[in-house]
Amino acid sequence: MSSRRRTTFLASILLTFFLGASVLTLVQVDRMRTGASLQEVLYITSPKAVKRLSLGYEGLLADVYWTRAVQYFGNKHHILARDYSLLAPLLEITTYLDPHLVVAYEFGANFLSPQPPEGSGQPKRAIQLVENGIRSNPNEWRLYYDLGFIYYLELHDYPQAAEAFSRGAERPGAHPFLKILAAKMAQSAGEIETARMLWITTFESANDKQIKLNAAAHLKALQSDENVLVLEKLVRLYQERTGHPPASLVDLVYANMLRDVPLDPAGRPYKLTSDGRIEVRNPDDIPFITQGLPPGYKPPVAPDLDKLKDALQ
Amino acid sequence: MNSRIRHIASNTFREAVRDRVLYNLVAFALLLVGAAILVGQISIDIEHLVVINLGLTAVSLFGMVIAIFVGIGLVSKEIEKKTLYTVLSRPVRRWEFIVGKFFGLAGTLVVNTFFMAIGVFAALLYVSHHLHAPDAWVLIAVYFIVLQFLMITALALLFSSFSSPLLSAVFAFSLFVIGTFAEDLRGFAALTSGMARWVATGLAYLIPNFSALNIIGSVAHGQPVPGHLILYNSIYALFYAAMALSGAVLIFEHRNLK
Repeated sequence: MSSRRRTTFLASILLTFFLGASVLTLVQVDRMRTGASLQEVLYITSPKAVKRLSLGYEGLLADVYWTRAVQYFGNKHHILARDYSLLAPLLEITTYLDPHLVVAYEFGANFLSPQPPEGSGQPKRAIQLVENGIRSNPNEWRLYYDLGFIYYLELHDYPQAAEAFSRGAERPGAHPFLKILAAKMAQSAGEIETARMLWITTFESANDKQIKLNAAAHLKALQSDENVLVLEKLVRLYQERTGHPPASLVDLVYANMLRDVPLDPAGRPYKLTSDGRIEVRNPDDIPFITQGLPPGYKPPVAPDLDKLKDALQ
Repeated sequence: MNSRIRHIASNTFREAVRDRVLYNLVAFALLLVGAAILVGQISIDIEHLVVINLGLTAVSLFGMVIAIFVGIGLVSKEIEKKTLYTVLSRPVRRWEFIVGKFFGLAGTLVVNTFFMAIGVFAALLYVSHHLHAPDAWVLIAVYFIVLQFLMITALALLFSSFSSPLLSAVFAFSLFVIGTFAEDLRGFAALTSGMARWVATGLAYLIPNFSALNIIGSVAHGQPVPGHLILYNSIYALFYAAMALSGAVLIFEHRNLK
């Protein structure tokens, strides 16, 4: 073998080896930096400073910051974190760089306002973000809807929620639910049906997968809550009619009060306790439920939305 | 290292040190460190932070400029001046020439970085009157910057082994910018699916990941750097530089120099 051939052969082998080795090492480095890298993304917290530094390429930088925001929330949520302190500044920078990035405002409305571990527990900041979004995109009905959503679900400020929904209902292409929601705020705020309408609107109108998953999880929880309330009512009715409580839910079927023993959204039958209460068998599988929880039950630090991915399919 | 590589490396080092542009860049970097002190004084309570951020950024940027612009000329200059033919007519192999050039420029950059780092520490001392224990992490940040220089030097050599100096500079600088956003590229990949995801992830791992080696922000806040991260980052940078150097050798070995 000539000297040149030998060098070519050796250099090719080394090239392949070092390429593979560097990729494998980088994978290892990435594993070590998962937590650290996310904290590093925000040493410049001022949206104005970031815009100046973008040298006119704010659109591209907005996309970068938007990706960081989604990743930040996703990774934090995945590791059951309770602190989402960078989410608000990341979204504020993103929307300052690109004020027409509506999905970023929507993401903020959905995940800035709920209390940890569902979100960062900053409803006021979420309102500020969405209000900024409305100023930049006055015809986006979804932003008015998001605003009403925060007022209704997080702050329980029904007049403000009604105003936001009715303003949104006047925008072109607005979801027909908005008019009904505006009216409902005045009449029956706090009902399961109203909450269901809100989450259905979110599920139908959101383009972001994480927002959709969150809405699907809440809809399942509402379904479960409603089932528990109805079953408990039937148990009481059974007791009034027969003078004794039912031994199991099958008794309600035999008494023609139920067609079948109902299953919870996770596919398990509800449990009837000796004191006539209805419990969910495994509450960890149905995040956000408020009814049918066993006494002393503590929810997991963060709901496992991955389990509910099938809700989208 | 064999004696021929050593000779080429020491000649490259000497040539680079004689280059006036190099001194200008170092002087400019030191001036910027001085500016950091001024900026630090008007930044209430964050003088220390500003000096580290601005100082290390200056070291990194000017080092990159030196690595790219000297690196791309290493082969083309020799061809232009016809000195390459004299070197290769002696018992020097082409791969020894490339490897020698790499070590020569790497040595130059290490020496330059050393002086620029002294400037940063002098500025820190001036601002804080004494050095704190967490300032030792700044040394690790400087070490990571040197690792970045090794990677970009090898890449500049790779490009100059088959392309014109201007194009090589464009390629190397573009890779530097893309590599700085390597983690964001991976973030984009995570948001896509199917074929696009595979392509974006593959690209993200193929390009040099400079963001993994950029710890300026965290050391400015006195955050410690884990030992295993130092180890793995060192291995990664050395592997990547060796990969680019192997590519340069492979291409240069078959290049028609007539």
